[in-house]
Amino acid sequence: MSEATLPAQPIEDIAPAARFRAVRRFVRHRLAMVGVVMILVLVLGSFLGPHLYPFDDLRIDMRNRFQVPFMGPHWLGADPLGRDLMARLMTAGQVSLAVGFAAMILSTLVGTAIGAVAGFYGRALGGALMRFVDAMLCFPNIFLLLTLAAFIQPGVWTITAIIAFTSWMEVARVVEGQFKTLRERDFAIAAMMIGSSDARIIFAEILPNAVAPIVVAATLNVARAILLESYVSFLGYGIQPPLPSWGNMLNSAQQYLTSAPWLAIFPGLAITAAVTGFNFIGDGLRDALDPRLDA
Amino acid sequence: MMRYLGSRLLQSILLLWIVSLIGFFVLYLAPGGPLAQFALTPGMTQEQLARIAHQMGLDRPLPVQYWEWLSRLLIGDWGQSYRDSQPVLAIIGSHLFATLLLMGASTLLAMIIGTWIGVLGAIRRYSIFDYLATIGAMIGLSIPTFWFGLIAIYLFSVKLPWFPAGNMYTVGDASFLDYAHHLVLPCLVLTLVTVAIWSRYMRSAMLDVQGQDFIRTARAKGLPEHVVLRKHAMRNAILPMITVAGLQIPTILSGALVAETVFTWPGMGRLFLDSLNYRDYPVVMGVLMFSAVFVLLGNLLADVLYAVADPRIRLT
Repeated sequence: MSEATLPAQPIEDIAPAARFRAVRRFVRHRLAMVGVVMILVLVLGSFLGPHLYPFDDLRIDMRNRFQVPFMGPHWLGADPLGRDLMARLMTAGQVSLAVGFAAMILSTLVGTAIGAVAGFYGRALGGALMRFVDAMLCFPNIFLLLTLAAFIQPGVWTITAIIAFTSWMEVARVVEGQFKTLRERDFAIAAMMIGSSDARIIFAEILPNAVAPIVVAATLNVARAILLESYVSFLGYGIQPPLPSWGNMLNSAQQYLTSAPWLAIFPGLAITAAVTGFNFIGDGLRDALDPRLDA
Repeated sequence: MMRYLGSRLLQSILLLWIVSLIGFFVLYLAPGGPLAQFALTPGMTQEQLARIAHQMGLDRPLPVQYWEWLSRLLIGDWGQSYRDSQPVLAIIGSHLFATLLLMGASTLLAMIIGTWIGVLGAIRRYSIFDYLATIGAMIGLSIPTFWFGLIAIYLFSVKLPWFPAGNMYTVGDASFLDYAHHLVLPCLVLTLVTVAIWSRYMRSAMLDVQGQDFIRTARAKGLPEHVVLRKHAMRNAILPMITVAGLQIPTILSGALVAETVFTWPGMGRLFLDSLNYRDYPVVMGVLMFSAVFVLLGNLLADVLYAVADPRIRLT
């Protein structure tokens, strides 16, 4: 969306009152609140659910194989081995959500580092770094992701790493734009005048003022990472069974599409809910943290 | 105009060079590098591997290898497929039409629907329609394409046998209608994401234009509202969409890969995944590089077209 690419205004002069205003705006943002509820339900369901839910995700129950949802002991039905679909969705949710979060943290760190260096130093170094960003963006991300995934040993950490490797560029662009404008501002110039070190100016002066757009980009990155994980896992190069993820559950559900469609419907709904939730939250944060809305 | 074209062309060549560096780096990420496929052959000794490595020039310094790889890339020698020894570029070429057909059809559809949704959303800003369109676009961007494809197959191919679930045409009947019939479902799936993005951009472009002086002037002249909207506002709002179309190419290519996989559509994405499954690295690398170059050229073309269509842009 176009708003995502616009560098937001710096918030260095936001007084505590304005910060409360941002929080209030976020809480009032209806879609954002819907997103928060969706994510809370998914996170709590995935991580606490297994302790409360009567079925184990690994127990094989041949008498109830292919049980139709709501028509027997298993709430959301059972798979070809009679394993409980709901319990498997919870375990898969732990994996998918964790990969999404971890990839977000990694890609935000890399993107912020590169964007900060490029924006702060500018000139040849900054130009070279940003051209590298442009070149990375030329590769359609699923092609690059699948190529890398085929070359490495698939595992939770390696998949997280390559997802981060293919999705740090937007953060870098946002941060670069912020640093480029903020380093010309009076407070940054003042810090340079009194002889602060570069590291100090970057971390203590400029970075805190660039947090708002980074937070927005990071939130949207969780959504994207969850989506990307589901793509590679669905195509067979991501998280490998027996460890379930929402994506690889859909991969195995594909062959039973006509006889047991519920095996495909529920994991897809879970992915959609998680990605939509984070996108809603990101949208709300963008509106709430935009100081131009302060009236 | 020539200066703008020249600088834009230079930028693209620079980017192309960086893209090639990344591609070369990825090639060497393969376990065992380009030797990987020989290492898997049973009965291969270490000596034989070393000899092949020498034949392929893998024992020379990296910059030399890179130069060799790049110059062969430039003259169109992209290597041969491990599977059927065909030249990589020829294989890609034979799959290109299917992908372009799919991308073209869905882009056209997305432009028509997306423009309509975006313009209506901008005219009736904050109306129920606008609100629903916003939420709809966000959900559309969040639905995994392959899942949407599976659901579409289940509904319109299994439950209601309206459309074929795969392939590009029926053997023995390759008429236009047959192609179109096969195109419906994959095109629908690919259009979902594109419409979502397109309608958002169209809405904000329309909102930008609507606040400008020449629109007020047109209204002040007493022109009827529909003339103001169609001849003054929409025409100007659509111009920047040329760039948007260029920027969307990577997204559409990624979407096409997934749609082609789900619907066994014989295009480049399908070729890519098949080659990946066979560990046919020359084709994998070929498609990867080809898609990056495709994106790069697409963006360049979009920028040039934009500069032709809107003289103001050439000055900046």
